[in-house]
Amino acid sequence: MTGPGPMPVRAQEPELGPESGPELGKKPGPVLVARALSRHYDVRSGLFGAPKVVRALSDASFTLDAGKTLAVVGESGCGKSTLARLITMIEPPTSGSFAIGGIEATPATLRTLRTSVQIVFQDPYGSLNPRQRVGAMLEEPLKINRPALDAAARTARARDMLRLVGLREEHFERYAHMFSGGQRQRIAVARALMLEPKVLVLDEPVSALDLSIQSQILNLLVDLQERLGLAYLFISHDLSVVRHMADDVVVMYLGRPVEIGPRDAVFAAPRHPYTKALLSATPVADPTAAKTRIKLEGELPSPLSIPPGCPFAPRCWKAQARCREARPELEGDTHRAACFFPEG
Amino acid sequence: MALLEIRNLSVDFATASGAFRAVDGADVAVDASDVLAIVGESGSGKSVSMLALMGLLPWTATVTADRMMFDGQDLRAISPRQRRRIVGKDMAMIFQEPMSSLNPCFTVGFQIKEILRIHLGLNRHDRHARAIELFEMVGIPAPEQRLGAFPHQMSGGMCQRVMIAMAISCAPKLLIADEPTTALDVTIQAQILDLLTELQKDTGMALILITHDMGVVAETAERVSVHYAGQKVEEQGVLDLFKAPHHPYTAALLAALPERATARRLPTIPGVVPGQFDRPDGCLFSPRCAFADDLCRAVPPGQAPATLGLALCHYPLGALA
Repeated sequence: MTGPGPMPVRAQEPELGPESGPELGKKPGPVLVARALSRHYDVRSGLFGAPKVVRALSDASFTLDAGKTLAVVGESGCGKSTLARLITMIEPPTSGSFAIGGIEATPATLRTLRTSVQIVFQDPYGSLNPRQRVGAMLEEPLKINRPALDAAARTARARDMLRLVGLREEHFERYAHMFSGGQRQRIAVARALMLEPKVLVLDEPVSALDLSIQSQILNLLVDLQERLGLAYLFISHDLSVVRHMADDVVVMYLGRPVEIGPRDAVFAAPRHPYTKALLSATPVADPTAAKTRIKLEGELPSPLSIPPGCPFAPRCWKAQARCREARPELEGDTHRAACFFPEG
Repeated sequence: MALLEIRNLSVDFATASGAFRAVDGADVAVDASDVLAIVGESGSGKSVSMLALMGLLPWTATVTADRMMFDGQDLRAISPRQRRRIVGKDMAMIFQEPMSSLNPCFTVGFQIKEILRIHLGLNRHDRHARAIELFEMVGIPAPEQRLGAFPHQMSGGMCQRVMIAMAISCAPKLLIADEPTTALDVTIQAQILDLLTELQKDTGMALILITHDMGVVAETAERVSVHYAGQKVEEQGVLDLFKAPHHPYTAALLAALPERATARRLPTIPGVVPGQFDRPDGCLFSPRCAFADDLCRAVPPGQAPATLGLALCHYPLGALA
């Protein structure tokens, strides 16, 4: 994911570019709807080994409204980044479907939909092309997807975008290595916004940045959302950032959503034991805070051998025989958790 | 007497474009069984000052200090041979990336037994017994089998446990943990931090925790020293630091934490950490400081008294009140 090439641009190869901007469905409702999205990978262990299946993502369903932020949290290997790759149409789902702005994502609609979802990657040192000037980086998506625009209009748009993300005119002619980490992340955001997407996927956008820079980028994202009405799919492992940014939260464990709900409900009264453990394990920047840390035993099981029953059962302090036999489904209306013995 | 005392430590790197000062007059003092956290952003020189102490910097670095005493020995005067007897034994370090700090070509058992052989001179049988004992101490399940595992066969959390086992194998007087949990997941981070604090309490060793995570500091440290652009700008007890920071940088850093946010927009620190070519004349934080005036921009500040957290500032916060 962190190759030198600019991934969002690569996702729109020249031959795929539509003649004009996408005419997306105008009907109100969620801008992004995902239904039981799954992605499985076949891996072989050795030359003669039997093929195995890595279930990187299973049955992820959620909706995202315009101008809202849906945060996806979980530890490494929980399927957060796989979800980002599916939503940005870098990879097709194994099963399940999703729609953007009311248009189903099928091979026929890929061309139009791809421009309405863009992604910002974690590492701004890896995601920008070191051999391109900032101007060229910003104009490239337009060149490919808006061939009707002439060069002057493209440049004007790119310069406007630089101002919008808080960079200066003179930065237009510079290369990526001349910028600090925070400025690079601004460039990455600017590039993602060039095609006026409806949904912006933010894959750990601030975790490679220092604390003093992190707040600048978070403010920028808040500003842009208010001004442009963007929907954010905000992927992060940092719960304090999620608590600040999100409207709704999906907690994932081993490729499955285990809890979905409004931010305040999830943080104030987590229903799934894993969410509760995750919250209690997050260090709080207050030395006087009472520490009631739930210590989870052991580590994530391998995604190659996900245990039958509830995937969290081997580490759960409440697990009973039933948890090891059957897998709980998400239950509840607005605040749903996949647990037989939910908290509270 | 302090276990470790460093005064006015400076580290210069010779680069193609001239000398670069990574650490600029930093002081560090640690008593036995003290827990000190060093906090700072990237480029604040927190890791480099500890590597200088361990003697692990490349030849391009020039280390100068007025005083560098560890356990009654002057580290500036001793030979590399003598230093190697201390480093890894009385003074041990854990690094950020457990996967890349272990040698991929040898089993973890070989690597931990090597330390026991060289520093303690134990025989084969005792080495094996001690290695198993150490693995049990750091909570590695089935330690006997794990001795034969290679680093790539273990998870990040397990590798970090092996690193900790290696670091405490000779019962060090001082353990330096350089971002020990940054590469790990939250639930594993909690396990490792608990392990480190428990080991510190049980063995009475001193612990220096280098980190950029204010949450980790608040939960683990007793004293905190805040570094900025190679200088120590403030040092206080952990409770006081979070309650009443005296240096504007510390105050701004705490205010920028999302969990302390009161509004949708966070308070920010404008600008970036000064680099090699744009170091300001006066206070290094003055270009980004909300309180800076002409004095700050022209004259480097001196250290405030201990009641004001030794803040390196002309106008430490809380001085007027």
